[in-house]
Amino acid sequence: MTIPAPLGMLAELTHSCPLHCAYCSNPVELVAGTDELSTAGWVSVFAAAAALGVAQVHLSGGEPLRRRDLPELSAACRERGLYTNLITSGVGLTGERLAALAVDHVQLSVQDADPEGAARISATRTWRQKLAAARVVKERGLPLTVNVVLHRHNVDHVESLVALAERMGADRLELAHTQYYGWALRNRDWLLATAAQVRAADAVVRAAAARLAGRIELAYVSPDLHTGWPKPCMDGWGRRQLTVTPSGNVLPCPVADLLPDLTVENVRYRPLRAIWYESESFNRFRGTDWMREPCRSCPRRDVDLGGCRCQAYQFTGDAAVTDPACRYSPHRPLVEAVLGAAERSVGGPPGHRRR
Amino acid sequence: MTPHLPPHASLRWNPARGEWLLMMPEEVVVLNETAASVLALCDGRRGLAAIVSELETEYEGVEEAQVEELLRGLAGQRLVELR
Ligand SMILES: C[S@@+](CC[C@H](N)C(=O)[O-])C[C@H]1O[C@@H](n2cnc3c(N)ncnc32)[C@H](O)[C@@H]1O
Ligand code: SF4
Ligand code: SF4
Repeated sequence: MTIPAPLGMLAELTHSCPLHCAYCSNPVELVAGTDELSTAGWVSVFAAAAALGVAQVHLSGGEPLRRRDLPELSAACRERGLYTNLITSGVGLTGERLAALAVDHVQLSVQDADPEGAARISATRTWRQKLAAARVVKERGLPLTVNVVLHRHNVDHVESLVALAERMGADRLELAHTQYYGWALRNRDWLLATAAQVRAADAVVRAAAARLAGRIELAYVSPDLHTGWPKPCMDGWGRRQLTVTPSGNVLPCPVADLLPDLTVENVRYRPLRAIWYESESFNRFRGTDWMREPCRSCPRRDVDLGGCRCQAYQFTGDAAVTDPACRYSPHRPLVEAVLGAAERSVGGPPGHRRR
Repeated sequence: MTPHLPPHASLRWNPARGEWLLMMPEEVVVLNETAASVLALCDGRRGLAAIVSELETEYEGVEEAQVEELLRGLAGQRLVELR
């Protein structure tokens, strides 16, 4: 198999964030500010990524605006012809700040359709700053994606979330059911929606997509645990994307360092090119040779690539088995048990992420 | 027919890959040479006939029907909008 060059890179510039979303997929052990890559460190990562064939960089975190050198970092991307996507909570995104950034697209997260709900999930009050952020993005003529992570406490508000995105002038709206990693995994019993909630949301999304057609592009990420169809993780391990964490770790997917036996590479010690093509971690689940049954002989193996390796590990302790979200997985009862518990009751109060 | 790129899409040559890419928020599409040379002319001003005659200055044996078919295929993948 020839290894393709990566197309996209997620640059997690910092784990620092003014919000404390209970659904945050950042790791429970957050990287300290003192361990973050320097400005020069990131600039050389962008240069190496461009030389490797990366075309699009997602500047994310934590909250990327917490990096005071964001203007330099975004300029370094633009100089190398990289398309830059700023993924932000919007807190701190003033017109002045945005004018200093070289970004091509902004993705703004919204926590709920009203200030109270948003404050409950993020343990902060940021409503007005988000509305202001959306306004400055549109004033600069940049494309805007509004992103909402869905869970038990906001999934009934999809209709109002769509209206909010329209009011914000969004070009795209992403409604993504929570993926259970990091803080979200810790708070899973509090976040999991019921089957009835998911069914209702699906119907509202279908109607909204029809109504918005031609104006706002609606991207909907179904909840894999509920649907029984796993997600094609990262479009393939080591195939299109890589992630660089605040401290310079290079990962095949943003949460892959939860796999305890993965040898995590770092840009401080090994060139990005060697990490992408030669490292054990990037080659571990490349292609389909690693697959076992039932995936190996399944007609969907090239569609979903056997699902998420990290979710397989989290449920079973073995990263190489079929994703237990899958209806054909022998481990599916583990998922059913979690979903069943969510039908009966909601888990205790959330642990909000720190920093 | 006056084709144009979808809103916020841009066509870029990527020297490291040696490929034309259509850059869109959240998505990058790798284009083959034919698709790239046609999309480069889809500026929302040129009609089909103008696109074909531009292509004829560079390539031999360009057929309008083929260009139209290619554009419809690209529109089906939402890489261009026809109008
Ligand atoms: C970790 S955040 C960092 C950027 C910024 N702080 C923000 O929230 O927009 C990156 C993106 O992942 C989304 N996200 C966070 N936790 C998630 C989860 N558990 N499942 C799915 N998406 C999640 C956020 O909404 C955001 O669009
Ligand atoms: S998801 Fe929330 S807590 Fe996590 S980085 Fe984004 S804004 Fe901060
Ligand atoms: S068995 Fe494997 S390939 Fe088949 S649907 Fe399930 S995860 Fe996908």
